[in-house]
Amino acid sequence: MALASFLVRRILLGVLVLWVISVAVFALFFLAPHDPARLLAGKEATPQTVALITARLGLDKPVVVQYGEFVGRLARGNLGYSYYNSEPVTHLIVSRLPVSVSLAVGAAVLWLLIGISAGVLAATRPRSVADRLVTAGSLFFYSMPVFLLGVLLLYFLFFRLWTSGVHLFPGSGYVSLLASPLQWARYLFLPWLTIALGSAATYSRLTRSGLLDVLGQDYVRTARAKGLSGWRVLIVHALRSALTPIVTQAGIDLGIILGGVVITENIFGLPGLGALAVQSITTQDLPVIIGIVLLASLFVVVANIVVDLLYTVLDPRVRVH
Amino acid sequence: MSTADLAVQPEREAAPGGARPGAGLSPWQLAWRRLRTDRLAIASVVVILVIVAAAIAAPAFAALTQHGPDQQFTTAGLTAQGLPRPPGARFWFGTDDLGRDLLVRVVYGARISLLAGVVASVLAVAFGTVVGMFAGYFGGPTDSVLSRSMDVVLSLPFLLFAIALVAIVGPGLWVSVLVIAFFSWASVGRVTRGQTLSIREKEYIEAARSLGAGSLRVIFIDILPNVIAPVIVYTTLLIPASIAFMATLSFLGIGIVPPTPDWGNMISESLQYYKVAWWFVLFPGLALLITTLAFNLLGDAVRDALDPSTERIFAQR
Repeated sequence: MALASFLVRRILLGVLVLWVISVAVFALFFLAPHDPARLLAGKEATPQTVALITARLGLDKPVVVQYGEFVGRLARGNLGYSYYNSEPVTHLIVSRLPVSVSLAVGAAVLWLLIGISAGVLAATRPRSVADRLVTAGSLFFYSMPVFLLGVLLLYFLFFRLWTSGVHLFPGSGYVSLLASPLQWARYLFLPWLTIALGSAATYSRLTRSGLLDVLGQDYVRTARAKGLSGWRVLIVHALRSALTPIVTQAGIDLGIILGGVVITENIFGLPGLGALAVQSITTQDLPVIIGIVLLASLFVVVANIVVDLLYTVLDPRVRVH
Repeated sequence: MSTADLAVQPEREAAPGGARPGAGLSPWQLAWRRLRTDRLAIASVVVILVIVAAAIAAPAFAALTQHGPDQQFTTAGLTAQGLPRPPGARFWFGTDDLGRDLLVRVVYGARISLLAGVVASVLAVAFGTVVGMFAGYFGGPTDSVLSRSMDVVLSLPFLLFAIALVAIVGPGLWVSVLVIAFFSWASVGRVTRGQTLSIREKEYIEAARSLGAGSLRVIFIDILPNVIAPVIVYTTLLIPASIAFMATLSFLGIGIVPPTPDWGNMISESLQYYKVAWWFVLFPGLALLITTLAFNLLGDAVRDALDPSTERIFAQR
């Protein structure tokens, strides 16, 4: 069956990508001008202790054997231990994951909402003031680096509001969704907006140009002539065929969102994976950085496969081969 | 679309002097004519030239103000409480937390941003174009290997990978430039490969080959000029992306390391002072935003000029 073989090929490519990344990451470990045993043993360790740890970590074995063991551990979900506090990397990641996922999912929902509605607004009133505003806004937020937008939002929506007595959005911190959904959203709103505004620009452009292509076509006119309401035509008939590039973009953006999360978490003091990654640079905590990189790569690979599958659902004309 | 096809595109504005519109003009002349009459494009070019001039003249700013980029004015440059000084007669953009002149630092920061943006983009485009042409021209196993490598690079979570790399090799200008180029070439490669695939089948390529032209000759003499239009568009749009990437790396502490001024690390430093010193965030931020905006507008206009069949993204006439 075409779909099955397509899926198998996509998954094989995904496995290839992950394999290349595992080799790259392993090579990083070796090229790194550091000695894990010494880092683990602490500053005042005797050479004997260091030698003991080296043997226990298997660092005295040949490179190929070490790579085999590395992959074996990965397959069992073992990402090693932090040099900094000896905690298992998987524990560290699992404890931080809810923050990053909350940030990523909320931001994605927000950017799709803002982007698609702005695009629809612009496309249904081409060359109007609204269209021009959407276009100018898209360019503005598209050109704005995420960290700059974050700092600006922090300044205006947290600090200026706060000094004028409106304590609407907190400037930093995180409340778990389970503890209080309302506080969760309140604390995450500015970080969501930081990620969403920049990404929404791409979606409003895609939606606008996709809709403009479709709105003039015969089948849309037919649907109107049948007496369907403007909204029904727009949403059911026109938007659907403009959706394919939007879904592609969403897949790409969701795949790399763990990268975008890094910046936002650092600005708003959110204790997520991105903040952990940046902290780990200062502590030279390679196992943690590598664990996060591997997880993020897995994200990208899975997102790509899901997008390819969605294509065939959204647009049956897409030939699977 | 190749530049050869552009010649038959209908011309929008009438040629001066009543001549037949677009008669006897090369595709490049047509593109230049469209670009020249585009007010947004001209404005962007002027802005970019001003920024380039400021970057080149950075030492002049330092000489005129007598403030070095890393020079700390612990008495004149800081308030009695030891906080940054607001913009004034002596420090036009105010000072930062160490009493350094922000104007001079912003101007020096432009050097890094432009240098990193342009060099990284040119490296990425050159490499991506060559790889894309080879993949598209040779096809078969060569194409498979090259295309899979592009897929792999495009699947990397680049910011996190950059963090991992820098954690190991240590931060620096050239490391950052290489990192940016490494994560940018693959999309150029993909576009070029697609173009090459269709050009490869054209008759003039067959003609060149039957005259005895070798593969390299065909690729660089016959194919390259016909893929150069999208490549130029890509380069102009890649520059602002690279500038933003560089600033992001510096912001996270893995790009340009202080005291060397860079817009990214200045904004990062200002984060602790934004409540008391708005100018500390504003000027580097504004410089960065204006630069990326100008390049994006120009890239959009260049795309429009070289390939009028695509829809203009940001500006409508």
